[in-house]
Amino acid sequence: MASEKKYWKNIEQLDTENVSLQSLEQREFAEKLPVNETATETEDASATSRRDFLKLAGFSTAAATLAACEGPVIKSVPYVVQPEQIRPGVANYYATAIADGFDFASVLIKTREGRPIKVESNKDAAVLGSANARVHASVLSMYDTQRLQGPKANGTDVSWDDFTLQVRAQLEALAASGKRVVLITQTLPSPTTQNIIQEFQAKYSNVEHLIYDAVPASAALQAFENTYGQRALPDYDLSQAKAIVAVGADFLGDWQGGGYEAGYAQSRIPKKHHGKAQMSWHMQVESNMSLSGANADKRIPSTPAEQRNFLAALYNKLAGNSSTTNLDDKLSAAVAAAAKQLQSSGANGVVLCGLEDVAAQEVTLAINALLGSSLIDVASPRYIRQAKSTEIAAFLTDLKAGKIAGVITSGINPLYTLADAADAAKAMERLELSVAFSSKLDETASIANYVAATPHYLEAWGDYEFKAGQFALAQPTIKPLFDTRQLQDVLLDLTGSETSYYDAIQSYWKANILNGASWNQTLHDGYFSAPTAADGALKTIEVSAQLAALSKTSEGMSLVLYTKTGMGDGQQGNNPWLQEFPDPITRVSWDNYLTVSRADAQRLGLINENTSNGALNGSYATVQVGDAQLTAPVIIQPGQAVGTVGLALGYGERLGLKPEMQVGVNAYPLFQNFDPVQEVQVSLASGTHEFACVQLHNTLMGRGDIVKETTLEVFSTKDKSYWNAVPVVSKNHMEQEVTSSEVDMWQEFDRSIGHHFNLSIDLNACTGCGACVIACHAENNVPVVGKTEIRKSRDMHWLRIDRYYSSETTFEGDNQTKDNIAGLGDSLTTFGEMELASENPQVAFQPVMCQHCNHAPCETVCPVAASSHGRQGQNHMAYNRCVGTRYCANNCPYKVRRFNWFLYNKNDEFDFHMNNDLGRMVLNPDVVVRSRGVMEKCSMCIQMTQKTILDAKLEGRQIKDGEFQTACSNACDAGAMTFGDINDKESRVAALTEDDRMYHLLEHVGTKPNVMYQVKVRNTEA
Amino acid sequence: MIRAINRVNTLGFPLLLFFSLLLSTGLQAQDDPAAAAGKKLFNANCAACHKLNKKAVGPALRGVTDKYEKEWLYSWIKNSSAMIKAGDPQAVAVWEEYNRTAMNSFPQLSNEDIDNILAYTNYVPPAPVAAVAAPQAVGSSSGSVADEFILAALALVFAILVIMLFLVQKTLLRIAAASGVDIAPEARPQRTPIWKAFVQNQFVVFCTVVFLLLSSAYFAYGYLMQVGVDQGYAPIQPIHYSHKIHAGANQIECKYCHSSARVSKHSGIPSLNVCMNCHKNIAEYNGEEDLENGYTKDFYTNEIKKLYAAVGWDEETQSYTGESKPVKWVRIHNLPDFVYFNHAQHVQVGQIECQKCHGPVEEMEIMYQHSTLTMGWCINCHRETNVQVESNEYYAKIHEELSKKYGVEKLTVAQMGGLECGKCHY
Repeated sequence: MASEKKYWKNIEQLDTENVSLQSLEQREFAEKLPVNETATETEDASATSRRDFLKLAGFSTAAATLAACEGPVIKSVPYVVQPEQIRPGVANYYATAIADGFDFASVLIKTREGRPIKVESNKDAAVLGSANARVHASVLSMYDTQRLQGPKANGTDVSWDDFTLQVRAQLEALAASGKRVVLITQTLPSPTTQNIIQEFQAKYSNVEHLIYDAVPASAALQAFENTYGQRALPDYDLSQAKAIVAVGADFLGDWQGGGYEAGYAQSRIPKKHHGKAQMSWHMQVESNMSLSGANADKRIPSTPAEQRNFLAALYNKLAGNSSTTNLDDKLSAAVAAAAKQLQSSGANGVVLCGLEDVAAQEVTLAINALLGSSLIDVASPRYIRQAKSTEIAAFLTDLKAGKIAGVITSGINPLYTLADAADAAKAMERLELSVAFSSKLDETASIANYVAATPHYLEAWGDYEFKAGQFALAQPTIKPLFDTRQLQDVLLDLTGSETSYYDAIQSYWKANILNGASWNQTLHDGYFSAPTAADGALKTIEVSAQLAALSKTSEGMSLVLYTKTGMGDGQQGNNPWLQEFPDPITRVSWDNYLTVSRADAQRLGLINENTSNGALNGSYATVQVGDAQLTAPVIIQPGQAVGTVGLALGYGERLGLKPEMQVGVNAYPLFQNFDPVQEVQVSLASGTHEFACVQLHNTLMGRGDIVKETTLEVFSTKDKSYWNAVPVVSKNHMEQEVTSSEVDMWQEFDRSIGHHFNLSIDLNACTGCGACVIACHAENNVPVVGKTEIRKSRDMHWLRIDRYYSSETTFEGDNQTKDNIAGLGDSLTTFGEMELASENPQVAFQPVMCQHCNHAPCETVCPVAASSHGRQGQNHMAYNRCVGTRYCANNCPYKVRRFNWFLYNKNDEFDFHMNNDLGRMVLNPDVVVRSRGVMEKCSMCIQMTQKTILDAKLEGRQIKDGEFQTACSNACDAGAMTFGDINDKESRVAALTEDDRMYHLLEHVGTKPNVMYQVKVRNTEA
Repeated sequence: MIRAINRVNTLGFPLLLFFSLLLSTGLQAQDDPAAAAGKKLFNANCAACHKLNKKAVGPALRGVTDKYEKEWLYSWIKNSSAMIKAGDPQAVAVWEEYNRTAMNSFPQLSNEDIDNILAYTNYVPPAPVAAVAAPQAVGSSSGSVADEFILAALALVFAILVIMLFLVQKTLLRIAAASGVDIAPEARPQRTPIWKAFVQNQFVVFCTVVFLLLSSAYFAYGYLMQVGVDQGYAPIQPIHYSHKIHAGANQIECKYCHSSARVSKHSGIPSLNVCMNCHKNIAEYNGEEDLENGYTKDFYTNEIKKLYAAVGWDEETQSYTGESKPVKWVRIHNLPDFVYFNHAQHVQVGQIECQKCHGPVEEMEIMYQHSTLTMGWCINCHRETNVQVESNEYYAKIHEELSKKYGVEKLTVAQMGGLECGKCHY
């Protein structure tokens, strides 16, 4: 029986009208629980409650636990038909060549299981067999997610058949109506390609071929043509140099295609002959602090106008002309010093000029002819820069005037690299036909009607004549990853030819180049030398008019545009290795910037300052060249000539790059008339820029025992104990060398049996080029961490190249200043002053990696013995054992240990190459990818030394000297790094341990490292 | 899995018998001496390209004498290409049919040899005589039956004895009751229950707790240490590949298929073209069967068909179709990424048998992980195993110096530095 009874607690409940009470009854709590106080109003409705959160947390924990109970099922998929050459686990090397219009080199490509993972120098190649940092990094550019995956027509994906059909129809229509079509390529010193282009032009007579370099060497080409009758660049052999005078030429950088550091380094290593040491003398006259300037014995900061005058004065001095110069005392003295050195060096002296000025270049050639220099090779010149600025200017005028109906671009991005790209873009949009051969959807490709997706150079064929008579072959090292075709194949197709580019190369080479030599052998070697008959006939040497042209002076500030070691002309902007590569001079990564001298910075109110955590901040400056204006961050650069500012090209590209890589400012709009020197107005702009600089201390503070150096005079006359003394400590009131076993806390472990690896770094030969840094990244799977992490000093580079400036004019001056400090007050002020680099400092580079101490401070403090020592001298790091206490990093006197603060792979927060399947293909399968919370460091490439040992065991033989290599020593074309087994008494490295110049870093700490340095000797004559 | 293997072993005996029956048909062939000689010649010269009943590289040979004249066959076998050149219509027809692949010439065969081969191709073995085989089977298995019978008899005797003893006791009790002897159960004094005594004795409680803690810690440790250790892992593979048949019955050397173990860190799973080196001719399975597990001849033959499907081999035309789909094997031996292991160094330099780590692979119908593959397992072996320094020039100097230092003739891997962290972890 249903009851009608109703219980009540409160008389109000009987009132059915009372809505508020009814609604209260529905709720559990009278007031809303304060669970969502932090949530904003809008999120309120959907915000998760505490209970939901706990439910979810509980469920996910349980799910994760259950999921973890069972191991993953790993599939192993063998080939259906295994290629004969590929054995899983064994690396194959292929010789090929890079020629991207900016970098030209013969290289070896290491492939594993069919995928290229590393670039190495082809040391056998006669010319350009050295890979710089960009070439080393180029393998990662192949695994770029931004690459075009197939051809496009008017923005939609098409097949190659449709693509060629449509383009051919358009070309034929244009040919029929006789309208002009221009094919613009980068410098392509490829005999077969030239042949193919000629055939293409034969079929389409309205096609013109134009060569375009983003950063041309037009003046030098013109000067050489005027003087020697051939449009090419002279080559230089600096290995025998006694005196080098470089005027605005960063020949250790990208000057005229680069590749001179190996020869230069040879001439820089002091050799003793009959008790007298000899090395080359190097004077650098320049505006920006360049790599070459940093290595020079004497560096003269000067404006571009002064450099012209310097050249004219030098010519007059050497030619014995009496002429009045408008040089100041400093430069006059420099001219005298340079002339003296050049004259005494005779044929072993050379002058190099980087000014984009035909007159200056002609005078330089005249000086070298006057000197009778044997270092300059005019008989077989280089063909690796070919663009003619005047032709490009004429083309642009015609393009804007609508006189051109079609443009085909290949390997270039003029709408990014042209100074007036905006106008050119408008003109390009009006074209009847525009075809862009490009590997990414960049500025040019994105407005082209047709976009031909091109392969990376590691997927393509190629043949090059780098230098007269010196050829290189390029072969694919992997099947094309995407649906791409190279320019030559498409041109052949459009010409109506049935052959492929590969067949064309082979038949052309067999007919014209090989002269009976084996094609297979040449392809295997990657290079071919066919010395040509010497033809260096001087056409003219009359330079009086040019001398007159050089004597102009300029008012106001000059902007000197340059290319950075890491980025070059900007082709590899989407390469995270290169973006994170610290510039050798400024040590700044992920940026370009305006370099300003301290005097100018003070005048303009520009500052650099360090934030509380040490990170570097800088002012912005407005840079105005003609009508072009941009705002760039400022770095105060010691050694920058007063009255000049520098800015790197190659940054600030926006299309075809990941958002993370769109850094820096685009300086190409200031690169007007392809002249790197521009009149400029600089003023302070608002705001502060955050730099990612990996070195926050710039000077050596008089600690001469870190980078030990001496002068050539002292080196050749004084005893080793004077200029390279081993630190001493006192024991029983007796001075003992710190290396003596008498004063050692530790017992020495016997390492005389088996291998004992040592690495020697010659500070004289190291130019700071940074090839070793990138090689180390590639070999050891070093992660990229991004700009914000670098700012927190969390860079992961196993190998860094420290760069130091002197605070006096010389490092020796620093040492004296420090030694002369008296009292506390003096020390405070003096040390404060010493933190500032000199206006024109000496510069020293010092590569530092784990020193593999025999008495390693890191090993003793590890609570879990993750860091231990091997008998072969390597300091082992067992990542799987490491628990991340970081005691080792704290105890390391060299600060070379790197901690994984985060998981840098498969983590969207670090969206670089390790976060996608394509980018991970570059990883070295022999080296583990470290996880979060683990300490890592240089292993002295133990995977490489082990590989050498294991191979020798397999073949049952002894190991020869030179077989042991590390990634860095292998990448060092300058020969600064020598690696080997010191128990092999015949080895080069064993001899270097006994060298007078040998010292250890922070020797007084007594760590007994297995890495040694060779004292830097400066040639301070005159 | 190991249990399964044992089962296979127990079955081995009857299976062997079964095969001995099959073999008896082979013996019968020797009754015809021409066919027996022909079989030998056929296997030596023809079997690479021809089968009796089936098309292979060349046509099936059974009944070939019906199709062609004997004289024609003599000249064809001795020099086929000459006949094709001469334009013999039959010869050209065969040549065209088989993708213009010329047959090897066999000038060394005499007409008599060829007769023998042809006799073999025509030989039809008589139906096996079951009556002959039956008593053999009974006779050979009688031993085990007798054993079982004796065992059963003994068990019966034992049971009778137990029952008798029980009955005797019962009878004795009854006699005692009848004669007035009171066999009352002893009155037990009241004692504290054992559990109370246990609880009251604090020392024993303490000891027990310590024991329990220690033993649970022992088992917990044991449990945790086997996490991630997949010993005995025997996943089902996309193709039932029997190492027992290949490495066991057919004695194929491990490194014939796993050739990269000689030169590389990986032993390598053979690519399918390696399989086809043999399986181009072996299209069906004719070996032992394991009926209990369903491993019949058809089963194995079907697995070979899977291989053909993967590699894209058309049996009809004896050619590759070009349509292949790689086999996704399940990897059994998985080392963590942070361990470097090199097969070539162990197999080639160290001359270690594959079986040392992988177990009796030649007996594995289904491949499984034999060893634990833990670091302790590696280290133990490195401590015990001597380095193979003989006739390896690499070790000449280091062996001399180290053996002097340690005062031993033979060096273990550990003494060579094989226990250092960085030798395997980088």
